[in-house]
Amino acid sequence: MAKELWEGNAAIAEAAIRAGLEAFFGYPITPQTEILEHLSHRLPELGRVFLQAESEIASINMVYGAACAGARVMTSSSSPGISLMQEGFSYIACSEVPAVIINVMRGGPGLGNVAPSQGDYFQAVKMAGHGDFHPIVLAPGNIQEAIDLTVLAFDLADKYRTLAMIAADGSLGQMMEPAEMPPLRPVRPPEERAAWALTGAKGRKPNIITSLYLVEEELEKVNLRLQAKLREIAANEVRWKEYSTEDADLLMVAFGTVGRVCQTVVREARAKGLKAGLLRPITLWPFPSARIAELAGRVRGILVVEMNAGQMLEDVRLAVEGRRPVHFYGRMGGIIPLPDEILPQLEELDAATRS
Amino acid sequence: MEEIIISGFGGQGTLFAGQVLAYAAMDADFHVTWIPSYGPEMRGGKARCTVIISDQEIGSPLVRRPSAAIVMNIPSFETFEPMVKPGGVLVVNQSLVPHRSQREDIRALYVPATELATDMGNMRVANMVCLGALVQALGILPLEALEQALDRHLAERHRKWLSLNKEALRKGAEFA
Repeated sequence: MAKELWEGNAAIAEAAIRAGLEAFFGYPITPQTEILEHLSHRLPELGRVFLQAESEIASINMVYGAACAGARVMTSSSSPGISLMQEGFSYIACSEVPAVIINVMRGGPGLGNVAPSQGDYFQAVKMAGHGDFHPIVLAPGNIQEAIDLTVLAFDLADKYRTLAMIAADGSLGQMMEPAEMPPLRPVRPPEERAAWALTGAKGRKPNIITSLYLVEEELEKVNLRLQAKLREIAANEVRWKEYSTEDADLLMVAFGTVGRVCQTVVREARAKGLKAGLLRPITLWPFPSARIAELAGRVRGILVVEMNAGQMLEDVRLAVEGRRPVHFYGRMGGIIPLPDEILPQLEELDAATRS
Repeated sequence: MEEIIISGFGGQGTLFAGQVLAYAAMDADFHVTWIPSYGPEMRGGKARCTVIISDQEIGSPLVRRPSAAIVMNIPSFETFEPMVKPGGVLVVNQSLVPHRSQREDIRALYVPATELATDMGNMRVANMVCLGALVQALGILPLEALEQALDRHLAERHRKWLSLNKEALRKGAEFA
C-alpha cells in the first residue's frame, strides 16, 4: 500500500479499524475529536459500532461491557476526559479484559488548554486507577509509529487480557506526515471469541467476570496473578529506539514529540562536536530501565527532556541509580521545547561532566 | 532542507496551502511534516502551519526560525519577517500588508495576492498565488508537482476550483 499524508488523529482511528476494531465508545474533547469524527462515519459504513456516549464515565463503562463480551473495543479522550475514566480502567484491569485507550494529552492540570503536553505520564504509568496495576503504555513519536502502535496495542491487550494505552500528545494528533496503513483485518467472527468471554453461555457453564472479591485471600490471589502477568509483560514487551548512542558521551532520554525534537538536537550537537545520543522510550510502561542503566555506564551524563515538570525523569533516575548526573529540561502549559533551547542544556551537561 | 511557515488569518487558506506543499513533497519522495498551530477558533483567529521538507528523517516538526515564510496579513509579517533565516525567502501578501522588509539578508517577494486572486474570480486562491511565488523562489519542487498535488488531493467538493487554483499558482510564480 502506498504512503498517504495522514493526520495523527485520523491515522490512529483508521489504524484501529484496520486492526479489527468492532466497537468505539467515546466523548469529544480537543485535541483528539478527529478520532471520533473519522470513526463516526467509517465504523457504521463497515457495519460496526460507533457510539458517542453522554460522558467519559459512560464511555469507559460501555468499553468495559463490550470487552467482557469479547469484542475488540476502544475509547479515546484527552487528559481531563481520561481522568474521568480512571475508575473504569481499574475495573477493567481487575476483570482482566482487553481494551485500548487513546490519550491525546493536552496542557493541564485542570481543564488547562488544548495545546500539546506530556503531563499525564505519572497518571498513565504509575496510577491509571486505584489498586495495583499498570496498563501497557505506548508512546508514538511520529505518525507511522502512531499507526503501528495502535495495531500493536490491540494485539497486546488481547494477548495479556489487559489495558493498553496510547499516550500521544496534541501536536502528534494534529500534525500530518506520510505514512502507510496496514491492510484491513476482518472483524473476529462471534464463534472465535475468547473462551472467557460472556457470549450467552449456551451449551456451556456460565463465565463470570468481576472485579469484586470480598474474601481477602481470594483478592490476594487475583493480585498475585495480576502481578505475575505484569512481570511477564515487563520481561517481553519493552520497546525503545536509539539514535547515535554507539559512541555517545552524553545521552538524552525523551519520548513522543519531544523525543523527535531531540533527534534534531542530536544532529545539531554532533555538528558542534558534542557526542550526543538519544534513547526514545516507545513503551513508557514497561520502561526500558535495563537499557538506560546499561547506557548510563558508558556516558558521562544524561539529559531528560519532557513536556512536563519532570515525570519520566524519576524513572530514568531509578534506572541510573545515582551513578551518573541526570539533568532535566522541561516546558509546561502546552509548550513544545525547541532544539535551540535544548542544545544549551546539553552543552551545560557537557561542561558539568568534563573532568 | 526547507522549513516553511505559512501564516495568516483563519479563512485565508494557509493550512491548505501547506497541505498542497506537503502532498507535492511527499509525491516527490521527500520526508515531510505538516503541523498547524491549532486553537479553539474555527475561523477569524490566527492560522498558521509549519511544513518541513527534507531528504532525511525529520526530527523536530517545529522551528523557531524558518528558512522561508509566507505572510498573508500584518500580524504575520510582524511576527515572522524578523525570524526568517539569513538567505531565506519571505513572500508578502502585499494586498493586505503595506510594509516593506528592511532586511538585506533575505529575499522578499511582494505579491498583491488577494487582488490578483479577486481579479481571477475568487479571492480565496490568494494562498495559491503566494505558494506559487514561494515554490518558484525556493526551487525545491517544480510548479507541476504542486499542480499534480492539487489534481490528486483537492477535495471533491472543491474540484470546480481546480483550474483556478492552478492558474493562481502560475500567476504567483511570475513574481519569483
